[in-house]
Amino acid sequence: MKQTRFVAALAVVGLAAAACGSKPVTTTSGASAAASGGASAGNFTACMVTDTGGIDDHSFNSAAWAGMQKAQSDGKATVSFVQSATENQYTSNISSLLSKGCKLIVTVGGLMADATTASAKVHTSQDYTIVDSGSVPPNVKGLQFNTAQGAFLGGYLAAGYSKSGKVATFGGLNIAPVTVYMDGFWEGVQYYNSKHATHVQVLGWNETTRQGSFAQSFTDQNVGKQLAAGFLSQGADIVFPVAGGTGLGALAEAQQSNGAMNAIWVDTDGFTAAPQYANVLITSVLKGISDAVTKSVEDAASGNFNATAYVGTLANGGTGLAPYHNFEGKIPASLTSELTQVKQGIISGSITIKSKAQPTG
Amino acid sequence: MTTQSTEQETPAPEPFGGLGQAARNVFNAENSLLVTFLAVVLALVAGAILMVVSDTETLNRAGYFFSAPGDFFSAAWHDVSSGYTALFKGAIFDPATVNGTPTQFFGPITNTLLMATPLIFGGLAVSLAFRGGLFNIGGQGQLIAGAIFAAYVSFAWHLPPGLHVLVAVLAGAFGGMLYGALVGWLKAWRGAHEVIVTIMLNYVAFYFLGYLLNANGFHNPDKLGQAVSKPADADARLPRLFGDSVNTDVGLVIAVAATIATAWLLHRSKLGFEVRALGINPRAARIAGINVGRTQVLAMALSGLLFGLVGVTQTLGTTNPNNNSLSPNIDAGLGFDAITVALLGRNRPWGIVAAALLFGAFNAGASVMQASAGLPVDIVNVVKAIIVIFVAAPQIVREIFRLRTQRAPLATGGKA
Repeated sequence: MKQTRFVAALAVVGLAAAACGSKPVTTTSGASAAASGGASAGNFTACMVTDTGGIDDHSFNSAAWAGMQKAQSDGKATVSFVQSATENQYTSNISSLLSKGCKLIVTVGGLMADATTASAKVHTSQDYTIVDSGSVPPNVKGLQFNTAQGAFLGGYLAAGYSKSGKVATFGGLNIAPVTVYMDGFWEGVQYYNSKHATHVQVLGWNETTRQGSFAQSFTDQNVGKQLAAGFLSQGADIVFPVAGGTGLGALAEAQQSNGAMNAIWVDTDGFTAAPQYANVLITSVLKGISDAVTKSVEDAASGNFNATAYVGTLANGGTGLAPYHNFEGKIPASLTSELTQVKQGIISGSITIKSKAQPTG
Repeated sequence: MTTQSTEQETPAPEPFGGLGQAARNVFNAENSLLVTFLAVVLALVAGAILMVVSDTETLNRAGYFFSAPGDFFSAAWHDVSSGYTALFKGAIFDPATVNGTPTQFFGPITNTLLMATPLIFGGLAVSLAFRGGLFNIGGQGQLIAGAIFAAYVSFAWHLPPGLHVLVAVLAGAFGGMLYGALVGWLKAWRGAHEVIVTIMLNYVAFYFLGYLLNANGFHNPDKLGQAVSKPADADARLPRLFGDSVNTDVGLVIAVAATIATAWLLHRSKLGFEVRALGINPRAARIAGINVGRTQVLAMALSGLLFGLVGVTQTLGTTNPNNNSLSPNIDAGLGFDAITVALLGRNRPWGIVAAALLFGAFNAGASVMQASAGLPVDIVNVVKAIIVIFVAAPQIVREIFRLRTQRAPLATGGKA
C-alpha cells in the first residue's frame, strides 16, 4: 500500500514537471500559417465515408484516405472522414456529411453504391465520388480500376520466372474486386504458356470454372499462411495473395521457405507497404486508388467536377506493376522486355483480356 | 467495431456448467435504476476524458499547464462540449434546423428511433430466453435466418400490396423462430449447452448466407461479382409511417407491439410463468409439474422469433443501405449489441426499450460527432462498453459514489 502511494506521488510529481513548460509565444507565425493554410485549403471541403473496413484497413479505405490527404497537402481542399462501424450507418453517415455542408462526398466501396445513389437522387446539387463502383450521372463520379490488366502482367512475369512450373494465387472473398485480379493473373499465365509452349500451372484459381482458394477473410494472417504452405507443398514457387492483410501471412510463409517461394503483392507496392518481406517480393500489382481520389477531389475543388466514369488501366496508369526492387537483377532481361511488349499489346488492344469481372465504367 | 465491445459479454472460459451461471450472475446483479443512471454518467465522464486526450492540440496545452492553466481548460472544455453537443444534435434535435424541412427537423430523432428499433427486438429476445434460464448469444444466426426468409419472400414471391409485406414480415419471424427452436430442441432433448450451440450456429448461418449470396436464385445478376441478393419488391418493403420525408417505418410500431406482447407474455400468461419459474429454479419447476423441455424449446423459439424480426427490419426497413437487399454483413453486429441492451435494460421489457433508445441515440449521434466535431467514432463505442462494464459490476459504481450496499432503497441513494 505504501509502495503504491509512493509510486502515485512520483507519478504526480512527474506529471507536474511535465506540465511546467512555458506557453509558446510565437503565436503570430502559427496564426499566419493557419490562416494561409485556411485561405488556400479551407474553401473546398471534401469528406469521405469509409465502409465497414475502417480507415486503417490497409486496403481501399486507407488508400482513398491517403488520396484525400494528398489533396489537402496540395492545398486544394480541407478533408475529413467518417467511419462506418456497420452497414446501418452508411445512410446516416452520408446525411451527416450533407448537413455538415461538404462540397464533395467520397464514399468507398461497391457496397455503398446504393446508399450513395439514393442520397444523390435526392440531393441533386451535391457532388459525390465513389471508389470501386460505377458512375451515376449527373452527380456521382465512379472510380474503378481494371486491375486484370496489371495482374495479367503479374501472371506473365510469374510464369516466366517460375522454376517449378507452378504458380499460385488466392483471394480474400469471391467478389469481383478480388477475382478480377485472379482472372488477370490466370490469363497472364495462359498467355505465357501459349507464347512459349510451356505448361505453367495456376493453383488456387481457374477462370473458366471460377473455382479457387479463398481465405474468407481480409485480416486473418494465419489462414493466408496456411494457404501458402499448402501451395508450397504442392510445388508452387510463386504466390499472389489477393486478400489484403490476410496476404501478409502468405509473405511470412514465403520468407520462411528460404527462397523456395517468392511472392507478388497486391494493391500497393509491398516493398514500402510491407518492408519486412521485401526480400521475397518480386513485384506488386498496383491499383491507383490514391491518385484517382486525389485527382477527383482536386478537379472538383477547381470547379471541374464531372460524372464521367474513370477506369484505371495500364494506359492511364491506374494499374500496373511496381518496380522489381530487390529482384531487379534476378529477372532475365528477355522477360522484362517481353513484359514491355505485352503491356503495349494490352494498351493497343492486340491482347484482349476476357475476364467478366472487369469494370466497364 | 461494436461487436468487439460486446464480445466481452461472453463468459470467461470455465467448465461448461459455469458458463451459464457466470452469465446469470451478471444479469441478476441487483442493479437499481440509480446505479444504471450513475453508470451512464461515469461512462460519459470517461468519454469526455478520451475526447480531451484524443485532441493533440489540447494535450500540447497541458505541456505548459502551470504557466497558463486557463488555456488547457478552455481547450478541454471546447473539446468536450463540442463533442457532446454534436452527439445531441445527431441524436435528438439540431437547433439550426428549426426552420428546416421536416427531413432536417426530424432527422436526428428519427435516426435514433431507426437505430433503436432492431435493438428493442434483440434486447427483448435475449431477455425472454434469459428469463427462462437460457443464454441466447445466437442472435446473429437467428437474425440472419430471419433476414434470409424475409428477403426470399420479398423478391421471389409476388403478392398483392399490403399482403406481400405482411407475409414477408411473418416469414422473417418464422425463419428466426425455426433457428431458435433448433437450439431449444438441442438443449432440451439432446443436452447440448445453448451457449456453445448458438455460437456455432452463428457461423453456420453466416457462411450459409455467404453461399446464398453467390448462388443463382439469390444473387442479384445486375450486381456482377458483388455478394448482394436481389432487391425486395417495392410493396414488400416496410411502409413509412409519415411519408417519404420522415425517416421512420412500420418497424417501430412492430417493436412497440412486440414489447407489449413480451411484457404480457412474461407476466400475464401461463407460458410466461413457466418460463420464469424455469429461470429461477429448473429443478423446482420440474417438480412443480412444468414440462421443462417444452418450455425451453418455446422460450428459444420465441427468442428466435424476435431476432427474426431484427432480420426483417434490417432487410426490409429504411436502414438497409443496399436498396432493401441482403448483404454479407446484414447482421451489423446486432446479435451481440442486443445482449448489452438486455443487460442495461435489466431484462424488463420497458427497461429494454429505454436502453435501446439510449444506445440508438449514441449510434445516431456518433456519425454527426465524427463529421462535425472530428472525434473518432470509437469514443462512442468505448462509452457504450463502459456503461455495460459498470452495469455488470454495480459494486464499483456503489463504491465510487459511496452508495449503501445491495438492498439500499432507491430514494436514499446518494449520500456522498
